[in-house]
Amino acid sequence: MSSPLLEVRAAGFAYRQEPVLNDISLAIGEGEFIGVIGPNGSGKSTLLKVLGGYLPVQRGSALFKAEPIRRCPKKILARSIAWVPQEHSMAFPFHVLEIVMMGRHPYLSPLRFETEEDHRAAEKALALTGTSALAGRRFDAISGGEKQRVLMAGAIAQETAILLLDEPTAALDLKYQMEILSILKHLNEEEHKTLVVALHDLHLASRFCRRLILLDRGAIAKDGPPAEVLTPEVLEPVYGVRVRLQDDGEGGVHITPEAPCTL
Amino acid sequence: MHSLTLPAMSRKRYLATLGKFLLFLAIVLTFSPLIGPTRIDLLKALAGTGAFADNVDANILFVARLPRELLAAVTGAALAVAGCVFQALLRNDLAAPITLGVASGAAFGAVLAIALGGTFSVFGFSAVTLGAFFGAVSAVSLVLGLSRARHGEMPTAFMLLAGVTVNFFFAALVMLVHYLSDFVQSYRIVRWLMGGLDITDYQTVLSICPAVFLGIGALMYFARDLNLISAGASTAMSRGVDVARVQKLSLIAASLITGAVVAVSGPIGFVGLVVPHIVRLMVGSDQRLLIPASMLFGAAFLVLCDTVARTVIAPTEIPVGVITSTLGGPFFLWLLTRQR
Repeated sequence: MSSPLLEVRAAGFAYRQEPVLNDISLAIGEGEFIGVIGPNGSGKSTLLKVLGGYLPVQRGSALFKAEPIRRCPKKILARSIAWVPQEHSMAFPFHVLEIVMMGRHPYLSPLRFETEEDHRAAEKALALTGTSALAGRRFDAISGGEKQRVLMAGAIAQETAILLLDEPTAALDLKYQMEILSILKHLNEEEHKTLVVALHDLHLASRFCRRLILLDRGAIAKDGPPAEVLTPEVLEPVYGVRVRLQDDGEGGVHITPEAPCTL
Repeated sequence: MHSLTLPAMSRKRYLATLGKFLLFLAIVLTFSPLIGPTRIDLLKALAGTGAFADNVDANILFVARLPRELLAAVTGAALAVAGCVFQALLRNDLAAPITLGVASGAAFGAVLAIALGGTFSVFGFSAVTLGAFFGAVSAVSLVLGLSRARHGEMPTAFMLLAGVTVNFFFAALVMLVHYLSDFVQSYRIVRWLMGGLDITDYQTVLSICPAVFLGIGALMYFARDLNLISAGASTAMSRGVDVARVQKLSLIAASLITGAVVAVSGPIGFVGLVVPHIVRLMVGSDQRLLIPASMLFGAAFLVLCDTVARTVIAPTEIPVGVITSTLGGPFFLWLLTRQR
């Protein structure tokens, strides 16, 4: 592995007094497909925002290609790292194409309209996420699964090497969950993009990600391949529940919670 | 290949849409001054024969109606653009110069300047204009300071509540200053507070133009950044927008243009709330189009309101603020019920 794309060293972050991230160190190399897992409130979103440079670390450092990320010019950074937010509320009735086109912002100077090239990038992103037919629809009039794919299309249109996704499958039906992760798999394997995905669903994480980072109250409980992270010994103290693991026959594991455990 | 026609933004669509708004404004500007309690003959007014002072038609048109109409246009344009930008920044369509306390902050500054009898001027700006401007900026600073935007996320509900509270606070201070002032000042204050476009001249209109058009220009420069901010702070950051900087500069610019027009026209309510909504229904949500279209439509809107104010119970003229608020109040309530 060459020098890491993204790196945090002994990073700490707090919104107010209570620390959300505590002494986190990790490095992310080119082409990785990383799942960030952990219980609610364990700091998954915050870690992604720190990795993208959207939140400042208060202790330690966050680096992009060995440079402090907060000192990189924002537009340059936006050509390398894209972000897919979890929430999808738009204050105003934008159309789907307008939202995808916003991904081209880092390539446009002020007062400029999108060029042919920008249109091509947007069309490609729409096609890749299967949302071409929605282009002229209003964003607030499409379903939750469609919204999530449109937001992904916006990030793909940004044409970055790295994508950070905050729970892209949360609140989606099984079919949409599969669709989203298949798109991510394609991006990683065919387009060689580096992906860091916060995930709730451990089964999906085990099937698609090649490396898992398990967070527990703002600290890394375990960082490694799914087979090492998804074991009862590692999961039970973090989630506070007894689990049973079962091979799903497709390279993933089903994790069944059995009974709360006190430790 | 799937064809992406609408609603992609292009220079062609941009110019065609703005052309229509410009045409509408031109028609309104041409015909409004001809309407009024006194019928005027355009041909006589424009005929260059005889002394200007003897030409009654020309006097009514060029001295009484035209400067007033231009002031209405500039004021409407500025308030509409400010409303547009406040709505994008707060990601909420109830945000406007009135609901953020900017308008009454400006009113307090102006009223204080009248009461203290400030007659000085700096760079051609009168004491009242400066008072209104600093009032507007201090109201915004107060709301911002209280809400402490963290990492680019503005707490919208809090800011609107704080804005309304600041609005009442400054309204109370206006009343206090009003109560303590003498008869002549009191009369000036009342006339000013009613939102008057009636006593004006070309000099006054020209004096606010630099601030207004500089501010609108700056906001148009940030139009695409404002699109992204209205889509969410973290999204905007990830697309390379310096969120904190754009928020700060566009708040200053929006307060500047609000302060400048409120200083001469008084607090004219609801233009900044109603106009961006109507225009959004017509051109969509892209700020690149929304800001200039709101500017043109806001200008036409206030000229029309002023024409109604001059003529509805002629020869008595109602302050234009009465017209905009009686139209805008119900509209605001309709919006509120629709939001739930």
